[in-house]
Amino acid sequence: MAELTQLTLHETLDALARGTCSSEDVTRAYLDRIAAVDDRIGAFLHLDRDQALADARAADARRKAGQGGRLLGVPLAMKDVLNVKGHPCTCGSQILKGYVAPYDATAVARLRAEGAVIMGRLNMDEFAMGSSNENSSYHPVRNPYDLGRVPGGSSGGSAAAVAADEITASLGSDTGGSIRQPASFCGVVGVKPSYGRVSRYGLTAFASSLDQIGPFTKEVADAALLTEVMSGGDPLDSTSVPGPAPELLATMKQGIRGFRIGLPKEYFQGGMDAATEALVRAAVKQLEALGAEPVEISLPHTEYAIATYYIIATAEASANLARFDGVRYGNRIAGVDPIDMYEKTRSAGFGNEVKRRIILGTYVLSSGYYDAYYKKAQKVRALIRRDFDEAFKTCQAIVTPATPSAAFGFGEKTGDPLQMYLSDIFTVTTNLAGICGMSVPCGFAGGTLPVGLQILGPAFREDNMFRVAHAYEQATAWRGKRPPLAVDAGRTGA
Amino acid sequence: MIASIGLEVHVQLRTNTKMFCGCPNRYGGEPNTHVCPVCLGYPGALPVINAEAVRLTVMTGLLLGCRINLKNKFDRKNYFYPDQAKNYQISQYDQPLCEGGQLEIQLKDRTKIIRITRIHLEEDVAKNTHFGDGSGIDFNRAGTPLMEIVTEPDMDNEDEAFAFLTALKQILAYADISDCNLEQGNIRCDINTSVRPTRESPLGTKVEIKNMNTFRGAHRALAHEIQRQIREVQRGRAIPQETRRWDDDAGVSSSMRTKEYAHDYRYFPEPDLLPVELTQTQVDTWAALLPERPPERRERMVRDYGIPDYDAGVLAADRAIADYFEKAARLSGKGKAVSNWMMSEMMRLLTATGQEIGAVKITPEALAALVALVEAKTINQPAAKEVFAVLFEQGGDPQQIVQDRGLVQVSDTGAIQGLVDQVLRENERSVQDYRSGKEAALQFLVGQVMRISKGKANPQLARELLLKAIGS
Ligand SMILES: [Zn+2]
Repeated sequence: MAELTQLTLHETLDALARGTCSSEDVTRAYLDRIAAVDDRIGAFLHLDRDQALADARAADARRKAGQGGRLLGVPLAMKDVLNVKGHPCTCGSQILKGYVAPYDATAVARLRAEGAVIMGRLNMDEFAMGSSNENSSYHPVRNPYDLGRVPGGSSGGSAAAVAADEITASLGSDTGGSIRQPASFCGVVGVKPSYGRVSRYGLTAFASSLDQIGPFTKEVADAALLTEVMSGGDPLDSTSVPGPAPELLATMKQGIRGFRIGLPKEYFQGGMDAATEALVRAAVKQLEALGAEPVEISLPHTEYAIATYYIIATAEASANLARFDGVRYGNRIAGVDPIDMYEKTRSAGFGNEVKRRIILGTYVLSSGYYDAYYKKAQKVRALIRRDFDEAFKTCQAIVTPATPSAAFGFGEKTGDPLQMYLSDIFTVTTNLAGICGMSVPCGFAGGTLPVGLQILGPAFREDNMFRVAHAYEQATAWRGKRPPLAVDAGRTGA
Repeated sequence: MIASIGLEVHVQLRTNTKMFCGCPNRYGGEPNTHVCPVCLGYPGALPVINAEAVRLTVMTGLLLGCRINLKNKFDRKNYFYPDQAKNYQISQYDQPLCEGGQLEIQLKDRTKIIRITRIHLEEDVAKNTHFGDGSGIDFNRAGTPLMEIVTEPDMDNEDEAFAFLTALKQILAYADISDCNLEQGNIRCDINTSVRPTRESPLGTKVEIKNMNTFRGAHRALAHEIQRQIREVQRGRAIPQETRRWDDDAGVSSSMRTKEYAHDYRYFPEPDLLPVELTQTQVDTWAALLPERPPERRERMVRDYGIPDYDAGVLAADRAIADYFEKAARLSGKGKAVSNWMMSEMMRLLTATGQEIGAVKITPEALAALVALVEAKTINQPAAKEVFAVLFEQGGDPQQIVQDRGLVQVSDTGAIQGLVDQVLRENERSVQDYRSGKEAALQFLVGQVMRISKGKANPQLARELLLKAIGS
């Protein structure tokens, strides 16, 4: 049998069910693995070893008592932006240093209700602002496939931890690609559900109208399971869509014969590097071989997506991050009066990228500029949404690269924020339109760096997306590939 | 010079829970005990609209004749202040729940219509307390549903503003929209004032006075502010657009900030909440449940009970008093008599004891029974007053009190004749006075009969017998 830390979530559940290992064994294996490799990866910001083991033993007791749970005993780790009662939640920022969450996010509570063991806090770009994890105020995360390269962002820790076998699955959040881009860079599966599918209650907000929580996993079925568990209406989030979770595990195996797969022509007009394009085109061929029919579609407002995204996201962020003022929680730097305290606390507590976006967002909402920026961006957003509505009249799913290129090196784009923003070009439209999207591994650029295939489905048609992803995954050999790091350091004699 | 006054009245709504979370909407309590991640603005917490607050705001709109915007939305109003958990307030900017409308106010000699611009819903802020060595913030109040009623600048002076606030409070209390407890800060207002030479001139520059907690304070502040502005203009000075603070104890106002320092609130639609969509059917259902408004009730009570318009106005002003009156009046069938008791003894004793009508011991049934005893001449008026006082203090059955205290009126001619004879014997001087034309002497003699009967004699009968004996 493979190492416990190399098992998928489903394989782990099987092993626990058969009794070949306990939750404590699995948790201990991950704790050991983290201890062995995380000084190189930097995925974890916080880990309470004793608490994790205690929770694992409680799960084992539950199982012994005959109690069920779809995730009973499986350790999962959380992006540092999700509130887990009793755990720190710094959002990768100094301003929340010392803050301990007093409540569980709804998504976390649902995982717990199914028996998951919640362990650890995963590194991220500060307040989910970034595409490389270089904006973490603690330390950068390294790409397990190449320690000289970034893991992507903002959920870089969540992606890298799964890729490096430090956890079988994790949660992240995706505002403009923050799940799909790092999933692509780290060669794992990453899902952004439709806006409103998973409750945002307990997800520290970056941009409220764009944020969604989603899973990182080693295979499509695991992502389907976690999405199912987390989905469904939540009375605590007015923007969550009422109703039950979708059935994804049951429907994803239905195949894609007769599916029309849209290829947006605007995405294939020279915006990506050759290796990525070749892998994506090969994936399309594969889908064709599985019975799908590729069709060219148009998303005419694509060129405005980045500008629109950065106006709306920063506007919302400027208000969402106003609460970090040192008054009620987190870091406080004393001042002579409240305004002085705010200025000192926020100046010291926020990093440069966060400040840049707060200033940008404040500007676009300012009196005299609102119509020219924020209001216009809302109009363009409606057009982008309509582009997808039109496109999905002729296809069941859309396929694109997740990112224009494979993982880039540290420092390559930090000097030019615009270049960094452009790495979100294929992912931001999904959030603007509120539809669902995911990245599944589709090969390696230059044979070494993972590349992700982005699959998009209409809003609340995660089933379409998962059918394509599962069919593709089953027909190809990318599942189970792991970085050399995992092979070098992971074996301890088994 | 003519002043133009507009008001922004903030009303805390009477709901079980806060505007956007499940915390109790309750005044007081140990600081920071009615709080949760939502009203403390913790990371990741999200607001959920309190449907009851929406209903109460719509009810207010209907009572004030507003247009109800079936589609409306919430916005974020951004500004940093320690009483704001999120450093933005969830409010309604360009699509409020209610628009238009009016309220009629009662002036000394006439009524006047004050136009309502809009009514919107928002969340209250926390309460800051300053100590010698620092400040404390109590978030128990943070997130209380707060309705803001904005008027047109239709009021000419402080008396009209006061009348508006009074009429508004009356209507809100009537419909159970707010507890309307001023001491607890249920109603607070900001006042906008400007002056201009004539009614035809354009409105002058407005000055805002923030956060008035009492109607009397608002009245004093306005009187002061109008005079201040007139003086400034008469001295040839321009009125700067500014926000002022009123110190009610000192009776002076001071500038808080001028226009250059005005906030840019950077309103934008609250992305955590969906737009509110009401149906006309829903609004119609609520409209059907609206209580009768004070002016209509006053008119109806004049019609139904034959009481004077003035009395009806006083009784209708308070819903609980009006309810009490109507119940007693219906039971007794003698509306006018009941109204007289309400207007005199009841009001006097309520004021003297500081009690609320809902808490008094004298029930509407007892009052009706008391009226019946007087009507049947079982007791006379002085005795009835005594019974009322006992009922007010202890409650109980009027019939029983009359029995216990031996207050039954003596209407037996033989018995009273004896008393009359005695009084005539003992007061010959008064008899002579009367005969020589002093009418008042007769009243004195009646009083003497009442005195020696210990108040029980039927005064009407005593008077008749006296006249018979000493008259012509
Ligand atoms: Zn609360």
